[in-house]
Parts: sequence; C-alpha cells; structure tokens
Amino acid sequence: MTAWQRLRADRVAMAALAVVAAFVLMVALSAIGLVAADWEDEVGVSYAPPGFVGATETAAAPAQRQQALPDNPFDPLADDVRELRAQLAQRGEADAGLGRRATLPFGADKWGHDVLKKTIKGGETSIVVGLVAALVAVSLGSLFGALSGYCGGVVDDVFNWFYSVFTAIPSVLMILAVAAVLQHKGVLTIVLILGLTGWTGPYRLIRAEYLKHRTREYVLAADAIGASHWRRMFVHIFPNVSHVALVQISILVVGFIKAEVILSFLGFGVPVGTVSWGSMLNEAQNELLLGRWWQLAAVAGAMAVLVTAFSLFTDALRDALDPRVQS
Amino acid sequence: MLAFTVRRLGQMLPTMLGVVLLLFMLFNWVGGDPAYLLAGKMADADAIANIRRQLGVDQSYTVQLWIFVKQVATLDFGLSWATGEPVSELIATRLGPSLAVLAPLTVLETVIGVALALAVAFVRGSLTDRAVMLACTLGMSVSILVYIIVFQYGLAYRLGWFPVQGWGGWRYAVLPILIGLAVSLAPTLRLFRSFVLDEVGQDYVRTARAKGLSERRVMWVHVLRNAAIPILTHVMSNLPALFIGAFLLERFFGIPGIGREVILAVERSDFPVIKAITVYVAAATMVFNLLTDLLYQAVDPRVRLA
Repeated sequence: MTAWQRLRADRVAMAALAVVAAFVLMVALSAIGLVAADWEDEVGVSYAPPGFVGATETAAAPAQRQQALPDNPFDPLADDVRELRAQLAQRGEADAGLGRRATLPFGADKWGHDVLKKTIKGGETSIVVGLVAALVAVSLGSLFGALSGYCGGVVDDVFNWFYSVFTAIPSVLMILAVAAVLQHKGVLTIVLILGLTGWTGPYRLIRAEYLKHRTREYVLAADAIGASHWRRMFVHIFPNVSHVALVQISILVVGFIKAEVILSFLGFGVPVGTVSWGSMLNEAQNELLLGRWWQLAAVAGAMAVLVTAFSLFTDALRDALDPRVQS
Repeated sequence: MLAFTVRRLGQMLPTMLGVVLLLFMLFNWVGGDPAYLLAGKMADADAIANIRRQLGVDQSYTVQLWIFVKQVATLDFGLSWATGEPVSELIATRLGPSLAVLAPLTVLETVIGVALALAVAFVRGSLTDRAVMLACTLGMSVSILVYIIVFQYGLAYRLGWFPVQGWGGWRYAVLPILIGLAVSLAPTLRLFRSFVLDEVGQDYVRTARAKGLSERRVMWVHVLRNAAIPILTHVMSNLPALFIGAFLLERFFGIPGIGREVILAVERSDFPVIKAITVYVAAATMVFNLLTDLLYQAVDPRVRLA
C-alpha cells in the first residue's frame, strides 16, 4: 500500500484533511477578495451582540446615550464647537437610526465590524503567516541538512556549530530578541522571524536521513553514471527523504500559527490596521471584562477547530509515511 | 566522569562564542544605531554624539565586539537603558518570583504527567485511552492566551477565588500555576505516554510478566525505570526554556519575573537586558544538557560516559 492509500483508508485523517482544506479555501477566497473583503464596513452598532442572544437595551435605544455637553461661556471656540456639533447631530441622525444593525450573526466589535468576517480576515493573516513561515523554515532546514549530511567533514562541522548555537537559545527568546531588533512591523517581518529561527528541527532530521542515504547503492549508482553532487543531493536523494520534510511542515504550521497569535497579541506582530487572530484576542481580552464574549469565542473556536484538524492530520500523515508501520 | 565533564565544558566554549557573535550581529549590526532610539524624537546632533560615545557605538565593530566579549566574561552587562539599574542586579531580583511559579509547576507537571501516562498505558488501546488522547489533542488546540484570559476572568475576576493580579505571598502564585498545569499537562501526557508505550513492547516486560509479577509492579518499577531516561531528558532540557516560556503568565498576572522582564525589555528596546538574559539562558541550557548526561548514569548503570 502506498502512503496515500493508507491515508485514504484513515477516516479521521480524511475528515481532518477536509476541515483543513476548507480553511485553506476560505483563506484563498478571502485573499482574492471574494469573501470578507468588506469586513471593515461598520455594519452594526458598537458591540452588537450575536443574533442568537438578542439585542441589548442600550443598542435598541442608542439616542439616549448621547447627552449634550453644556456650552462653556469662556471657550473662545464656543461658536465653532456649536456649529460642529450641529453638523454632527445632523449626520448622526442620518446614520444612527438606519444602516447600523442591532444584532449580527456573531456580533460586532467596538467599531461595529462583523466579527464573523473579521475572524475570516484575521484567519487569512494568521494562516498565511504560518504556512509561509513553515515553508521558509523547512526549506532552510532541508538545504542545510542536505549539505551537512551529504558533504560531511568541515561543512558538517560548521553547520553543526550553527545548530548548537541556535538550539542553545530557546526559540521564544530568539523570536523576541529578533522582534526587538527589527523595529519594522509587518507580515513579512513575522514570516522572516519565525522562518529564520525555526529551521533547527527539520535540519536535524534531514541531516540524519542524508547521512543514512548517501552511502546507499542507488546513490553510488548515480555517481557511477556521472550525476553531479547537486543532482545526487536533490534529484536522487531528496525525493526519498521528502516525507520527513512534509511532516515537519505540517508540525511547524501549527506551531507558527500559535506563535504568530502570541506575537501579534503582544504587539510585536502584525502592524496596526492589519487584523490577525492575535490582534483580535488582544481586543477580546478587554471586551470580556465588559461582558462581550463573542469576539473571543469566535477566534478561540476558529483556531481550535483548525489546530485540532491540523494536528490530527499530522499524526495520521506521520503514521502513513512511517515505513515502520508498513508490516 | 571528571574527564567527560571537562571535555564537555570545553565543547561549550565554541557554542558560547557563537551565541555571543550571533547576539552581536543582531544587536550591533542588524539593529542599527541605538543612539537614535535612546535620544528620543527631539534629539540634536550633540545629544546623539554623546550617547554614541557613552555606549561605545562610535568605535569600530572590532572594539565593540571586544567590549561585549568582556561584558560576557565578567558577567557585567552595564546599566539598563530603560531604568538605569545594573542589569545583573535587575536579573537577580527577577529570579525569585520566576522560580516561585516555575519550581512547583515543573514538579507537579512531571509527577502528574508520569502518573497519568502510566495509568493510561495500563488501558492502552481502550476507549478510555483514546478518549484521553482526543481530549489532549483538543486541549492543545486552544491557544494559551485563551486559557489565561478565560481563567483569569472566570476564576479570579468573576468568582474571586484568587487575586486577579499582583505579587506578594503564595496566594498570588496559585492561579498562574494552575493555568500553567492546564496548558502543559496535555502535551506532557501525550509525550510521556509515547515514552511508556515504547517500553511496554520490550522483551524484559514479557519476562517480568512471565515471572508472575503483578501488572502494577511491572509498570511502576520495570517500565518506569526505563522510561525515566527520555522523561528526564525532556524535563531537564525544558527547564531553561521554561524561564522564558512562562512570560505570558508573568505578564498577565503582573509577576515580576524573568519572562515579564524580557517582554518589557523588548517593548522599551532595552538591549542590554535582552542580551544579558539571552547569554544567561544559553549558558543555562548548555549546563543543563551536561547535567542531563551526568544524570543518565545515575538512572541507568548501563550508560558509560566517554
């Protein structure tokens, strides 16, 4: 049985794969602007509760909250202020009553954004960061591991030294140190931080595989027909060890999504104006104190479903690709 | 054993040198000129030149590197840029609160993790086993942030069972430890279970059963002693990282520990503090790896250190 057939036979794995695929599809649709492109529209009243909870009383009577401040007779700008306030009142009446909805399917945040759309948009950022950073980390780890394991000797020593330096510093500390230095915030920055610090795990495993494979007969045969070192490394050996890289990618994606959420929560991640699950949790923390739990529930739920599905799929993938269980 | 220790200590030198070089490249080269950060928005050229002279960044890179190496060698990292305290003093005062949370957390996590792993391994393959493993996967899928936010809000703020925030006395440490346990128990249990299951299939287990030993004795004495090696490695090698890993707990609960200090330092661009903590943690990681190897021999007489 091939690995794919083994995976197909695993019903849990296929269900998990379907969930992951649904998330990826949603990210793709959101990225090309078909879904949640209008998440920044202020469609509901501030903190509009979810539809299944019902509108709150303050939301039903928004006009009562606006109390006019008394005029300050000593204010030299009093006339201008009065004029501005009159304009504001006109405009306020125009959009306070109509347009803004009292409830939304899963509630609204402080500005009246639809939480459901915001979660999709935030998921786009978090999942893309996780996927790209995992690709960067595993590519780097595979390249270093291939060079190190295949060449041996001085090259191996240098890369091993590199590896021991990077593993001496805990990855959290490494990520925070890089975040402190790179003052420039942005999605690309997080991808680089995570990718450049996460290569050590894949490196160790890929290097071990290359050490095993480089003396195998098929590699010697490739040498005999005159294949170059580069060709032997990546055309002949790599397909035989690529399952290790594949499993590493899926492990790292989950880890990096979690890491991005924490970084963005602390304010070292995505820039202001970009929404991610981490920045949403940051808002949700204060909202919970006011009893507005829906943004927290939406993010926590979406993330839990994705991470559970991804972890179950990773476990199944590892089982399917592990040659030891073939017997 | 002495020869082994000396040789391993010698191997640490190049790694430490690498850590120093990496930090130097990161903070002095990639990080750019810190004088502009420190001088603030309304800086004049004089003030910037003055700060540059005080920090030594007007020197050549070789001289700057030498300054940093001397700092690492003497463990004197100068003053914090944010508060003006000596960095070594700052770290020494932050160590206590961190340990007060981490020591009980590590002990409880290991003991409960081992007990549960053995208990689950008793009934391996059964519905209970699969349900526990599924619960672990579900538990691991929720972000640690959600655990902290919900527990802090629910148990401390709404129910008032614990202080919401602050430090002083053991009462303040209880909720952080409980949350730490809730977050770390699921991955620990999964890992320890796999270590135990690796041993359960071995020949010596069959022999022990054939001798007529009770399943309990087989598990708690024979299997546990062999599974202890990977468990020990895991616990020991995780200890230095834990100092930093608890930063979210320390931040949310306002515990003045090492982890919170790192976050504060990153927020304030307090480079000396970050550099010092990184050097200390890297050194601790290497020393703990050596200790782990030495402990192997105590746990398993077959291990010969050479």
